[in-house]
Amino acid sequence: MSVKTLTINGELISARAGDTILQAAKDNGIYIPTLCHLEGLSDIGACRMCMVEVEGINKLLSACVTEVAEGMVVATNTEKLKEYRRMNMELIFAEGNHTCAVCVANSNCELQDTAVAVGMEHTRFSYRFPDRGVDLSHPQFGIDRNRCILCTRCVRVCDEIEGAHVWDIANRGEEAEIVSGLNQPWGEVDACTACGKCVNACPTGAISYKGSSVAVMQRDRGRIPFLAAAREKQQWTR
Amino acid sequence: MELKELINIAEQQRNNAKKIRIRCCSAAGCISSDSPAVKKGLENAVKAAGLEDSIEVASVGCMKFCGRGPLVQIDPIGTIYEQVKPEDTASIVAALNDQEAEVTATVGDENHPFFSHQKTIVLENSGHIDPQKIEEYIAAGGYQQLYRVIYEKTPEAVIDEITRSGLRGRGGAGYPTGLKWATVAKMDSQQKYVICNADEGDPGAFMDRAVLESDPHKVLEGMAIAAYAIGANAGYIYIRAEYPLAIDRLQKAIKQAKKLGILGSQIFDSAFDFKIEIRVGAGAYVCGEETALIASIEGKRGNPRPRPPYPAQSGLWGYPTLINNVESFANIAPIVREGAEWYSSIGTEKSKGTKVFALTGKVKNTGLIEVPMGTTLREIVYEMGGGIPDGGVVKAVQTGGPSGGCIPASEIDTPVDYENLRKLGTIVGSGGIIVIDNQTNMVDVAKFYMEFSEQESCGKCVPCRAGTVQMHELLTKIFDRKATLADLDKLEALCRMVKDMSLCGLGQTAPNPVLSTLRFFREEYLELIGDNQELRFNPTIVSKHLSGVSHR
Repeated sequence: MSVKTLTINGELISARAGDTILQAAKDNGIYIPTLCHLEGLSDIGACRMCMVEVEGINKLLSACVTEVAEGMVVATNTEKLKEYRRMNMELIFAEGNHTCAVCVANSNCELQDTAVAVGMEHTRFSYRFPDRGVDLSHPQFGIDRNRCILCTRCVRVCDEIEGAHVWDIANRGEEAEIVSGLNQPWGEVDACTACGKCVNACPTGAISYKGSSVAVMQRDRGRIPFLAAAREKQQWTR
Repeated sequence: MELKELINIAEQQRNNAKKIRIRCCSAAGCISSDSPAVKKGLENAVKAAGLEDSIEVASVGCMKFCGRGPLVQIDPIGTIYEQVKPEDTASIVAALNDQEAEVTATVGDENHPFFSHQKTIVLENSGHIDPQKIEEYIAAGGYQQLYRVIYEKTPEAVIDEITRSGLRGRGGAGYPTGLKWATVAKMDSQQKYVICNADEGDPGAFMDRAVLESDPHKVLEGMAIAAYAIGANAGYIYIRAEYPLAIDRLQKAIKQAKKLGILGSQIFDSAFDFKIEIRVGAGAYVCGEETALIASIEGKRGNPRPRPPYPAQSGLWGYPTLINNVESFANIAPIVREGAEWYSSIGTEKSKGTKVFALTGKVKNTGLIEVPMGTTLREIVYEMGGGIPDGGVVKAVQTGGPSGGCIPASEIDTPVDYENLRKLGTIVGSGGIIVIDNQTNMVDVAKFYMEFSEQESCGKCVPCRAGTVQMHELLTKIFDRKATLADLDKLEALCRMVKDMSLCGLGQTAPNPVLSTLRFFREEYLELIGDNQELRFNPTIVSKHLSGVSHR
């Protein structure tokens, strides 16, 4: 296996050829915020939180889909990036209904944690207060689309790991939303195996276990990476 | 099919030509103003006068002066009639025999700068041949270049010719076409594809539609030459469903070419195969973005994906794919025919050849123009376009659609090419030129384009999906005179962020109309903001406010 050496934030590191910048950074203890990335799933570069600067390239690159190259000089934390990430996060909070105080995921929420990590305290943009509907037709799970950030982790986990492809995206732009089956109530979708992978994949309180109350829902965050590693690397234990 | 047969068809077609040919425009613009009835009227009048042996009435493609349609032109004398009504047709035919006869239709000026300043390469056959008859295209020299390329040139020589011609992608970004071809050609793959991007969607742009409706074979020939050069055996034309006439004519053209052995298997009895299929878009603007277009052809949701890998490396179904715009392909056959030196002698130093523009907005003469790169906006707007109707004043010229910007009237002497427009914060784009007069508020213009981008965002990445919504809201607030300077700051910060952070070209260029109007027409924003104050405590504003208050 060939190895590449590169510099991230002035630190010389080595990475496996074919690794993404995100992977290389993670292996070396360098934090890059992410939302749509989930280990074990394909990467799509949609949330734009992991944007980094690479010397000699005049545009920002998403770390989750950019492969490392020999001699690459990466900066993950410049003032510009920090400001952009914060603003990106503000846009996310303005576009949905993210009211932590009444959310099942409060204090066990990747969106919340990432917002704290990028230093977002308030949004300067006007709230959209969308009314995208709540679907509680499934016996075990529920989806509150107003808390959805369209990371499509549920779509990918259901398609790539479970193989059921219950979820997909309908409409476009601001109107885009996650739908189940052929835009049916979740409970009526025969393809759903009730495996709960989407619940574990969801970074916000959008998809939750039914019956969990505010701030008490615990997810098994390591489950999806474990399943992927079991399948790909035959690592059967966690 | 051999070259001899091709030339035979051409000769036969020319021999069958009648003494007089009345050309009647049958492109979408003129059809919508009743040109089929005009054609019918002309045919009836010819029949009634018993002149069927000497006069032919032909349906042809776009005759360019769309604003004055339906258009009818007489060969060989060249007289052009504008806004012809069915009841005018008898007098037009009568005048052909009798010089004294009075024609009730408006006689146009075929030497008007609108026509005389044009240099037609892409549109050389447009308005002259019947787009639905392959024989007419062949009679105009069509498909001979494809034959020559297959039998006389190596793929490398073809790519070299295109590279030396200096042709740059006509879809908007201006990437060197030859370089793109060479990249795909070098990819080691059993399977490659050629895609023609006909998903023209900028507001006010209709160049590609006109090319496809007027001369579909030219695009097919260009695609086939490209396929030969890069080693592809299959191609797709991705065209929007809103262009039914163009789709219909393309389908006919593909069928005709297949029948003659010019497309399909063993083209011209050589070992070269190339089949073309049409894919119809379902109305998403973002599907003009190449990765979204490819996803859409694959039957997936038309979402863009991050590049690299570029389609040249991994495109349709993961295979190397060449994707060019309609106009780029339409340039290929003429370049091969006349040579790279000829093509590169036209235009400016870095932007070669001609560009087709759709001239619209507040301008007297609207329609399709093809001019050499480097033609000034003044020439286009004042000489060809005839200036603004009712003596209005040009305030700005918008180019590049929602990805472009507005050029102020003070820069109207700018020669149009890729570099100059980029310097002015806009782009050549696909080729819409919209003239804006001084009755129009520039904030309103920016708001219009932002609303367009907001609605056409696919929703995949956050900056574009949520950013365009907020930018549109801020622009609306400014336009409604409810905004403060803080809102303007917010807008500018957001513009920069969305530009740098978005995933694809749609989001990356969505702020351009705002940035460009802020650059040249900032005072219009400030005027709308006036002395509105931020309500919450802001030390700088408060101190500014207090400095004007006398202490009692």
